[in-house]
Amino acid sequence: MARKMWMRGTVAAVSAVAMLTLAACSSEQAPSGSGEETAAGGDEMSEGDDLITIGFSQVGAESGWRAANTQSIQDTLTEENGFSLSFSDAQQKQENQIQAIRSYISQGVDVIAFSPVVETGWDPVLQEAQSAGIPVILTDRAVDSEDDSLYESFIGSDFVLEGEMAGEWAVEQYDGEGYTMVELQGTTGSAPAIDRKEGFAAAIEGSDIEVVDSQTGNFTRTEGKQVMEGFLQKYDDIDLVFAHNDDMGLGAIEAIEAAGMVPGEDIKIITIDAVKDGMQALADGKINYIVECNPLLGPDLAEIAQKVIAGEPVEKRIVVEDLAFDQEAAIEALPDRQY
Amino acid sequence: MPTTTPARPRAAEGGLRRIAHHTLFWPVVALIALLAANTVYRPSFLSVTVLNGHLFGAPIDILRNSAPLMLVALGMTLVIATRGIDLSVGAVVAISGALSLSFIATSPNPGSLSTVLLAIAIALGVSLVLGVWNGFLVSVVGIQPIIATLILMTAGRGIAMLITEGQITTVTSPPFKTLGAGFWLGLPVATLVAGGVFLLVAFLTRRTALGMLVESVGINPSASRLAGVKARTIVWTVFALSGLFSGLAGLILASNVMAADANNAGLFIELDAILAVVIGGTSLQGGKFSLSGTFVGVLIITTLTLTVTIVGISPLVTPLFKALVVIAVTLLQSPRIRESFAARARQRAARPEEVSA
Repeated sequence: MARKMWMRGTVAAVSAVAMLTLAACSSEQAPSGSGEETAAGGDEMSEGDDLITIGFSQVGAESGWRAANTQSIQDTLTEENGFSLSFSDAQQKQENQIQAIRSYISQGVDVIAFSPVVETGWDPVLQEAQSAGIPVILTDRAVDSEDDSLYESFIGSDFVLEGEMAGEWAVEQYDGEGYTMVELQGTTGSAPAIDRKEGFAAAIEGSDIEVVDSQTGNFTRTEGKQVMEGFLQKYDDIDLVFAHNDDMGLGAIEAIEAAGMVPGEDIKIITIDAVKDGMQALADGKINYIVECNPLLGPDLAEIAQKVIAGEPVEKRIVVEDLAFDQEAAIEALPDRQY
Repeated sequence: MPTTTPARPRAAEGGLRRIAHHTLFWPVVALIALLAANTVYRPSFLSVTVLNGHLFGAPIDILRNSAPLMLVALGMTLVIATRGIDLSVGAVVAISGALSLSFIATSPNPGSLSTVLLAIAIALGVSLVLGVWNGFLVSVVGIQPIIATLILMTAGRGIAMLITEGQITTVTSPPFKTLGAGFWLGLPVATLVAGGVFLLVAFLTRRTALGMLVESVGINPSASRLAGVKARTIVWTVFALSGLFSGLAGLILASNVMAADANNAGLFIELDAILAVVIGGTSLQGGKFSLSGTFVGVLIITTLTLTVTIVGISPLVTPLFKALVVIAVTLLQSPRIRESFAARARQRAARPEEVSA
């Protein structure tokens, strides 16, 4: 009897825990970057009185890329530049993000900006913002909605184009050599994973690069390494790895080295992102090519927010320009790489 | 209905039946089935070669990748045996990795052995303190384990983020890398460390009275206290050990990729560890525990992860595939399910005899 009661208690406690964790994660963070006043953009600002209050809901802090993105936003949307930023971290959960947006609506901020964790399910909360008369700006990731009047503008990289750039370089370098390629995908179902895969596949069509396998490494080093270990056990003749971000590529490097091969030589590696660690590996010759995914969206966001408040028309889609690096370009760019 | 089972040659089946009734029978069958499935897809799956003076192959990868989960699950087994549960292990993993790598990254000489040893000592010390904190909340303050460790579970990743300042800390330090990715006598150091801890715990619990004391606390805390067992000390100790082992797991995970990722290091490892313990036949209601069961459980989970890649399960259905395997293993282990299967088999076997008679 006592045992049964105990079990029931445990079940109840586990469900309570599940709910608590969901709720506990939405705690807002004070913008930690506000102490360092390194204004990166928004120069022609009117000083002082009329601060634009902006609520920003970030996806999380899941990668070096995201950390740089957060830093850029916090460093740009400062009081010196005419903004009062409240920043919240959604810990990669849509419900946290919806909660944060609702709280921004009830606070009556001037502008809401966010990077959607997933593509779908945003219509109700965006309609709430619209009926409250608060303009919404999307950064980095898009939403999949029929009604594009729900947001003012979407600032971010074109992930399909990133995949294409990576694929085109691969074709240029390796077509005709009958390369066998494996792919390390990002988090299943996320826009960058879907689009980069699609862009790359389109670019290598018609070449003799053969994609033999594609698995998810969840954008992390540990899983990138684990999946690559599996690939190395499964196939004898991998020539090329395409990783959807640097971190998974760095994990793959570890796996390739552990298998007694030389990354960048025996197995070529192409990644996307161009964070500092990735650029270092590129400069060292362990990665062969990196397509940048520019995280410094702060200045663009500041500009669009000002225009929206001033009632000026803004473009629905603002594509952030992405560069691409080979080894020499990486060595050149590395010293003043901010992230 | 058919209470009389048909007469069978008992002697011949006795040994087999005893093996089949062993608690570890079905987990081991599941492990063998997974390995067999991999071998079908990749005939050389089980082959181990020598590469650069160390062993190389899928079984070695499995053993090496099992090490962190093995350590966490060991602590979890002891905690569960005292009727507790430790949800904070993943957070401790993240803190330990963040502490050690941040220390190495800021030290003037990241490659020196003394720096690395100091970093390891600091990380393990803090992990032990965190375990002691959990134990204090449970055994002295009397908070339910699931709630007590939930505190650190939610706070811990935040602490790790503070330590790494939200960045992924990357370092180059050959001595530290040895821990997670190095080899000694041809075997992965991580595996040797986890194996050593496993043997130590097995020795302490099975060759001394400690294991019995842990079980008695788990079966009935009040009765064991009345019988003179220091239940409070036992509970406190197992939580402290769980923290320490998780810290060691965190070091291995950080060393594996030489990066401290406060967000993702050891994410959901508490669930994997609990699963490994349960697959191994230790009841969540406390009491009897099986270290060898946990060992098999850990191997199943790690092999499952590799299987997804080798068999080429689409990422879209990976969670479903894993869930199905876990459901199959746990159902096969359930005595009630096995009983009803056996009864059905007996019925089926009995029927033709009735007809012929």
